Amino acid sequence: MDSATDTVLAEQFDEIEQQHSADTLGMWIFLATEVMFFGGLFAGYAVYRFSFPHVFYAASHHLDVLAGAIDTAVLLCSSLTMAFAVRAVRLGQRWMSILLLGVTAVFGAGFLVIHGFEYHHEWTEHLVPGGSFAFEGADPHRAQMFFWLYFATTGLHSLHVLIGVALMLVLAVLVLLEKITAARFMTVEIAGLYWHFVDVVWVFLFPLYYLAGAR
Amino acid sequence: MKLQPQSYLAEHTVRSWLLTHDHKRIGILYLLTIIVFFAIASVAAALMRIELVTPQGDLVTSETYNKLFTIHGVLMVWFFLIPSIPAVLGNFILPMMLGARDVAFPRLNLLSWYIFIAGGVLALWSLIHGGVDTGWTFYTPYSSTYSNSHVISMAAGVFVAGFSSIITGMNFMVTVHKMRAPGLRWFRLPLLVWSLYATSLIMVLATPVLAITLALMSVERVWGVGIFDPKIGGDPVLFQHLFWFYSHPAVYIMILPGMGVVSELITCFSRRRIFGYGYVAAASMAIAVLGFVVWGHHMFVAGQSVYSGMMFSILSYMVSIPSAIKVFNWTATLHKGSISFATPMLYALGFIGLFTIGGLTGLFLAALAVDVHVTDTYFVVAHFHYIMVGGMVMAFMGGLHYWWPKITGRMYPEFAGKLAAMITFIGFNLTFFPQFILGYLGMPRRYHAYPPEFQFFHILSTAGASILGVGYLLPFLYFLWSLKWGRVASGNPWEATGLEWQTPSPPPTHNFEKTPVVTREPYAYDAVTGKEEPQEGLMQQTSAV
Repeated sequence: MDSATDTVLAEQFDEIEQQHSADTLGMWIFLATEVMFFGGLFAGYAVYRFSFPHVFYAASHHLDVLAGAIDTAVLLCSSLTMAFAVRAVRLGQRWMSILLLGVTAVFGAGFLVIHGFEYHHEWTEHLVPGGSFAFEGADPHRAQMFFWLYFATTGLHSLHVLIGVALMLVLAVLVLLEKITAARFMTVEIAGLYWHFVDVVWVFLFPLYYLAGAR
Repeated sequence: MKLQPQSYLAEHTVRSWLLTHDHKRIGILYLLTIIVFFAIASVAAALMRIELVTPQGDLVTSETYNKLFTIHGVLMVWFFLIPSIPAVLGNFILPMMLGARDVAFPRLNLLSWYIFIAGGVLALWSLIHGGVDTGWTFYTPYSSTYSNSHVISMAAGVFVAGFSSIITGMNFMVTVHKMRAPGLRWFRLPLLVWSLYATSLIMVLATPVLAITLALMSVERVWGVGIFDPKIGGDPVLFQHLFWFYSHPAVYIMILPGMGVVSELITCFSRRRIFGYGYVAAASMAIAVLGFVVWGHHMFVAGQSVYSGMMFSILSYMVSIPSAIKVFNWTATLHKGSISFATPMLYALGFIGLFTIGGLTGLFLAALAVDVHVTDTYFVVAHFHYIMVGGMVMAFMGGLHYWWPKITGRMYPEFAGKLAAMITFIGFNLTFFPQFILGYLGMPRRYHAYPPEFQFFHILSTAGASILGVGYLLPFLYFLWSLKWGRVASGNPWEATGLEWQTPSPPPTHNFEKTPVVTREPYAYDAVTGKEEPQEGLMQQTSAV
């Protein structure tokens, strides 16, 4: 065992492989909890979409499909840079790692900015449920349900993106300070798992909300 | 004398406790915390029982009474029962049972305790500022719209505390998968490990659903509209679906670890191998998995379709199969064993009896037609107290006595222990058995006043509760006494099998000087002598080398 892995190995583990597989399993279990966390909202969506499908169809037209598509593209690209970042850290390419983590963070921030503009647009269109809600359609009361679910789900997702962006910036600084080196690549690998998860959630949200009314 | 490594209790500074990564110390931190919550929730219960001595509502108003049963339920469920065996005994024992130095993520383990404290502070804050009157179930639309109490801060407390149980569950699962000693195959694991693994599975998969449900309810309360709101086409019953999707599995968080502890106690004090090891282990997993598909039996009268009612009824009946397997296998383990009635064994035997009553009355409630008659009556209250208090708390007390010498290095006084176990058993039955009758006669739950004909049973119940109180106070006192004056315990005072007993009492920080090698199944008690069998496997291995 070389000295680099020696300092990385936590005292409760016998071997570095054991530690790595424990770290990975822990993150996967955490992601399972996240699936169940979002699951409550997906269940709500399923129930109400089956209860009043036409309202969901009509309400969905009020979301900007183009903006949603750009969101999707930005997040998919960020997953690519994240995957490269993990590789760069493993290979010990310090500046490349910082660059790729930074680009991932920029993509994440870009997603939040685009989404912020969408929220602003929906606010001015009176699509936020509550007293000022206005919707021209057959069933304006129930249309609020679509938008309530939309804001709650995308809001929770955006919160996850925000945490991810902060995480990427912290990781980039840690790489810069050489607190994270090739021997400690697991930290980045696990953060990567989280980032890909956030990305995958969006891949489900995009069709459920933006494309529900597509012809 | 050989120089022993330092005991995990050796350091005395506050800092060494508050920043510890040692799973054993974290277990003790949890123990001290849940004792506080147990005490507060018990006071609430005592006030309710005193109120119910007379048919009129003369001690507290109905509003105060609502707040009392809410605080009792919230604290007992989320701040005592759920962390009781997993976070206290599980934290202490699980890594040692696996032959590990610690859990997989010791720092996260400490974090889980701080998160738990944060959740507890939020819950206590709501209590001090006037309490909550929704009941522990937070049903909408009352909680989201009409209640004028501190629903959001209380829900936030439960939400936050939930993450501590998620972390504990994740930690246990990874620890069981990745940290087992060499030779400790899955079917050599002690049954407590199996049941904690099953519990962790529930904690990890169900708790986030509770979190999102409470969050949605709170957002609805703040925002004024929400997904449970009929004004916008929402369905308040969806809240019940989501809530019980968590809370029914959570009921199994509150019994599975108890079953695990009882498997340890029954084998040790009847000096026998467990009867049907594989079945008992598989039953834990089966209960955990089935627990996810029975939530609708809480909603037979909530307006769900009769067909889903029938499905949920059948599925609920299926849970009785693995539960009965456990009860029969414990009983079969006792058969021809050399049984000794030490305190932990008294608790374990009490557990089997009370769990059986609780489980059988559960079948009454799972039957659609009978449930309509007893829904929301004291029958339900009695049923789940037989499982949670008669089951889980008895097992927790039994486990605490059993591992007390390991935890503290001191023996508790045996006579006082037996006395307390008996008092608890008698007091418990006197408290809750009359409630079955009350419920069957039609006394609804959650009322502070009642028709005079029910008074006799209520007085019996209150009398029982006072005895039960003594049964809990007594161990608290003699456990404290034993810390200083108790007989010094050896490494293995019960001559039990299991890796945790191969360490000194109290164990050193990293538990084992050398990682143990396991060569056989657990509970290797010799059928004739009742002693632990000599380690044949180990010798073979040595000679092979």
